[in-house]
Amino acid sequence: MAEKFDGIVVGAGPAGIAAALRMAGAGMKVAVIERGEYPGSKNVMGGILYRQPTEELVPRFYEEAPLERPITESRLWLMGDGNVVSIGCRAAAFAEEPHNAYSVLRAKFDQWFASKAVEKGALVLCETVVRDCLTEGDRVVGIRTDRPQGELLADVVVLADGVNSLLARELDMREEIRPDRVAQAVKEVISLPPGKIEDRFNIERGEGVSIEAIGDATRGLVGTAWIYTNRDSISIGVGGLLEGVGHRRLRPNDLIEHFKGLPPVRRLIEGGKTEEYLAHLIPEGGYRSLPRLVGKGVMVVGDAAMLVNGLHREGSNMAMISGKFAGEAAVEAWKRGDFSRRSLEAYVDKLKDSFIIKDLKKYSRALPFFERNPHFFRLYPGLVGRAVAEFLTVDGVPKREKQARIFDILYERGRWNLYRDLYNAWRVLR
Amino acid sequence: MEIVVCVKQVPDTETRIKIDPAGKGIVREGIEYVVNPYDEFAIEEALVLKEKHGGKVTVITAGPDRAVDALRTALAMGADEAIHIQASQEDAVDSIGAAEVMARALKEIPFDIILCGKQAVDDDNAAFAPALAEFLGLPHVTVVTGLEVDPEAGEAQVVREIEGAQEHITTSLPAVIAAQKGLNEPRYPALRGIMQAKRKKIPVSTLADLGLEGETLPARTEVLSMMPPPPREGGEKYEGEPEETVARLIKALQAEKLV
Repeated sequence: MAEKFDGIVVGAGPAGIAAALRMAGAGMKVAVIERGEYPGSKNVMGGILYRQPTEELVPRFYEEAPLERPITESRLWLMGDGNVVSIGCRAAAFAEEPHNAYSVLRAKFDQWFASKAVEKGALVLCETVVRDCLTEGDRVVGIRTDRPQGELLADVVVLADGVNSLLARELDMREEIRPDRVAQAVKEVISLPPGKIEDRFNIERGEGVSIEAIGDATRGLVGTAWIYTNRDSISIGVGGLLEGVGHRRLRPNDLIEHFKGLPPVRRLIEGGKTEEYLAHLIPEGGYRSLPRLVGKGVMVVGDAAMLVNGLHREGSNMAMISGKFAGEAAVEAWKRGDFSRRSLEAYVDKLKDSFIIKDLKKYSRALPFFERNPHFFRLYPGLVGRAVAEFLTVDGVPKREKQARIFDILYERGRWNLYRDLYNAWRVLR
Repeated sequence: MEIVVCVKQVPDTETRIKIDPAGKGIVREGIEYVVNPYDEFAIEEALVLKEKHGGKVTVITAGPDRAVDALRTALAMGADEAIHIQASQEDAVDSIGAAEVMARALKEIPFDIILCGKQAVDDDNAAFAPALAEFLGLPHVTVVTGLEVDPEAGEAQVVREIEGAQEHITTSLPAVIAAQKGLNEPRYPALRGIMQAKRKKIPVSTLADLGLEGETLPARTEVLSMMPPPPREGGEKYEGEPEETVARLIKALQAEKLV
């Protein structure tokens, strides 16, 4: 007879661990099944962890969790035609504890995060793959793993098995991923001595920088490239819509090599050694591609539920909070002894009341808009660079004429096209 | 039959080892640990013996807190009991010390046969099994690829690998048997076994309990320095059009008589 748990979580990423923390914390008997060697070993993200959502799960985590550097400065680079326009923000509040965000290495952090769930009594089983969900009619009653005697029963199963979520697809809760709704991201971790990092990024010990870059950084693909400082390494990556990558026959590796080769980037990573190479699919479909989030005895969270705000590079925070909500809904259902679909709907209600669904809804038209208007990424970053360069060039041209030249650059696609683009962009982003 | 398996936790064989700045050990931070692969053959053989002859399998290790994971892996595979001797062993490469500690611990428990791996893949000393046998006054057979035990007669038929041949040996029991690859195929632990192993309380004893002083394994050797192997010489790179570079490659391979 297979052992029965109150709750089973599939996948020890931020969403899965958050769900397990909430359930185990309330006294439920919980198992977490992870395919990797340890929690975090297979997990990939850009490299930024936000404090506030994490604190909702582990208050004052920053006093003991393995963090790299607090992010005290954020920069945005518009790259094109060999120019870079850099906009930076060094907010006073970012430099003070508790910090707004930290750079982290997922492998270290998730291992620690999972240990918190273990402290609460959750059983974390690694190197075990969940093959499918056990069902009775349309009700999920457990899981089957790839190990001998590998079945486990549960009142509720939380699917946190990542962007591909075969389990959600098998239960017909989700459709197959479409190339226009998923981004391909590749990332490297490059080691550098802390002193070099601090010199090159103009920061002190215990400070960190995040750089986001668009335009030539992604070879004009709809997407971003990024550089984050860790303690003694740098996370550097590029992400672009899978469709774009495929159409232009770009290999993910070419994208990151191109970014690393750009002069402003090259200087930052020079002499560093590539320690890790990671690739990941990022669900970018947003509100339009949300799956069915609950069924009888089952909930879908995190990447598996496509909960990512690509525009604001928010994913792991949504994962954690969705996991938390699912965990809370499971606890309420457990107390009522009712794991029906209606009972678990509390999870969806919580999502709807939160920033997660509100933000996804707000930006639901943004991705298709930028897909239809690739010149936002291909052309405009370069135009801005040329216009600013013209403005800063002192060459005896009277200022009135200079202004005209700048507008000539900006009007390269036509004056009305520019105004229409700005208006439309404002409409999808407001 | 009382079967004892001595195991050691070693850095994962996929770890990229770095030498620490002092040059006498390795950087431990970020390392994942596994059961020494040769010890897995020993664990599997112990389970096979138990299935055949009945009895109990006890796994034992000496090491820091994390070493308990090695014991849990063995329990998940099917071992019945585990004993953890708390001892820091950072960068100790002294197998004799480890054997001395194990010998003292084994004086407290009954055994008919002791199994272990032929060597640990971290220090590659291959001295533990003979040393343990010596401390206990027992016979030992190393590099074992075949084992048949006759508990009634108190004997074992052992096959060991030697250069280009096999040696067939009869030994009295108890004896220390050091497993070589090929002895068996270690099993994939069942889910139930993993869960039971996770929940099992594992008794811990200290070196003081065994009548030894200090907190590290007693060592008769000292590491003077540790250095990485010399980096591989860079190969030759042909650049240019495929027609030309392929022709050069073929010529080079022919010159080396490789094609």
